[in-house]
Amino acid sequence: MKILVCISHVPDTTSKINFTENDTKFDTNGVQFVINPFDEFCLTRAMWFKEKQGASVTVVNVGGAETEPTLRKALAIGADNAIRVNVNPTDGFQVAKELAAVVKDGGFDLVLAGKESADYNGQMVPGMLASLTDFNFINGCVGLEVEGTSVSATREIDGGNETLSSSLPLVIGGQKGVVEEKDLRIPNMRGIMMARKKPLQVVEASGGGTSTSIQSFEKPAPKGAVKLVDADNVDELISLLHNEAKVI
Amino acid sequence: MSVLVFADSSEGKFKKSAFEVVSYGKKVAEQLGTNVVALTINVSDSSELYTYGAEKVVSVSNDSLTTFNAKQYAAVVTEVAKAESATVVVVDSSIDGLYLAPIVAVSLEAGCASNVVDVPSSTSPFTLKRKAFSNKAFSNTVISTDIKVIGLAKNSYGIHENAVSGTTENFDAAIVDSGVKSEKVERATGVVTIADADIVVSAGRGLKGPENWGMVEELADVLGAATACSKPVSDLGWRPHSEHVGQTGKPVASNLYIAIGISGAIQHLAGINASKVKVVINTDPEAPFFKAADYGIVGDAFEVVPKLIEKLKAFKAS
Repeated sequence: MKILVCISHVPDTTSKINFTENDTKFDTNGVQFVINPFDEFCLTRAMWFKEKQGASVTVVNVGGAETEPTLRKALAIGADNAIRVNVNPTDGFQVAKELAAVVKDGGFDLVLAGKESADYNGQMVPGMLASLTDFNFINGCVGLEVEGTSVSATREIDGGNETLSSSLPLVIGGQKGVVEEKDLRIPNMRGIMMARKKPLQVVEASGGGTSTSIQSFEKPAPKGAVKLVDADNVDELISLLHNEAKVI
Repeated sequence: MSVLVFADSSEGKFKKSAFEVVSYGKKVAEQLGTNVVALTINVSDSSELYTYGAEKVVSVSNDSLTTFNAKQYAAVVTEVAKAESATVVVVDSSIDGLYLAPIVAVSLEAGCASNVVDVPSSTSPFTLKRKAFSNKAFSNTVISTDIKVIGLAKNSYGIHENAVSGTTENFDAAIVDSGVKSEKVERATGVVTIADADIVVSAGRGLKGPENWGMVEELADVLGAATACSKPVSDLGWRPHSEHVGQTGKPVASNLYIAIGISGAIQHLAGINASKVKVVINTDPEAPFFKAADYGIVGDAFEVVPKLIEKLKAFKAS
């Protein structure tokens, strides 16, 4: 099985979000970038397939040279090789098109991607990629088993889970549950040393237009101060929620 | 030209989001000087949608569509969008809505914006405000394709009555091969889901152990609320993962969110920020949640929550 894991390079979840150039650009100053948490669950599941079922694992990112440390971290966790598509992506459709070209060239049969990225939260790339490659597609995946070419998967639905059967080739939009938090791996020194020697191939973008563009960013309006209610006076809280906030 | 909205349903009944997307679609149609068309799948009586402005309902009924299948549903949405010459297609931003949207977008060669919180600020260029950076910011996104797909964020536009005398047409849609088959659906019955809830009661490590969740469930019960929990609580196995809300858990966009014994880590707040009113109960007055909340009580949950339950019962009874 040839697995491709799509890796987004995103601000650490604790980052303060600011914008520059008249609120048209994300301010990367002082921001620590990490593997998108949703992708990290997928990568960890891919490592299981590598270790138990002999799968090969390639990681890919669509982005500039600044994303390479994030790809190296994925290699340190255990991926065999990495591909970087050399273009600064501006929308999900563009990313999906570039990934589709990588999938076709590489002959991958299982593509794992986080169901969303923690930066733009578009949730578009896995589904668009599946449509462009005509692969089967399971989104919101919280459990995945592959035997030969048959697939058994679980996806989250409102208020529960759905068990699905499918077959390779397949694209997964994964989230926590595809592996658990405790299964995530921190690269060890040996992994980090080995990652330096693993191949990281830079390919040029196949090109093509985008369908959306970001005109500007804005931050939520500042919040007013919290209204504190005395712990002995919960009646006042009920009254505020009923009369002022009108939510009960 | 038209605006097509997919009015999602479950077991023949409309979800609340269906009324919101119809209300929203009606407004966008007005902006564009056209009509809104609502698509329903396996709903026998769609007349409820007229109340929210749907002049026309396209009703698809097919036993093959009993269980949601993204590829099959997307093919139906695409076929109806083409038949209705839709230039804008609106779905909700639920789990299923965002499973559909990218597939529909590719098949209609449309640009897509998800988690949209408002009607277009301009229709030329077609500009939408959407949530980004896990609720820490918004982006004003321009869709430049002829056809636009919008995933409307829950509880963002609201449900607006706008009664029209509508008509319903049956539509015979083609069923495509899906490649993914539903084997089993497991869904808790009789409980309010986090996605659907107007009120969510959530608790964190401050509750000290899973044995103390009785009062959380009771409070939720009194309020008709869904229960949720913080990430550490689900990681510790005190509560199921399905209750974990936050950046990597479920998003919450309820009218009221009550946080008990949750400090308010930035990742937690990112996931629940879209809720309209936030209440925090915590012993530590320095807990970051107090900066994000509208109302707060500094106090011990084990004393405050039982009192709150008692007083709410009296309030509900009055």
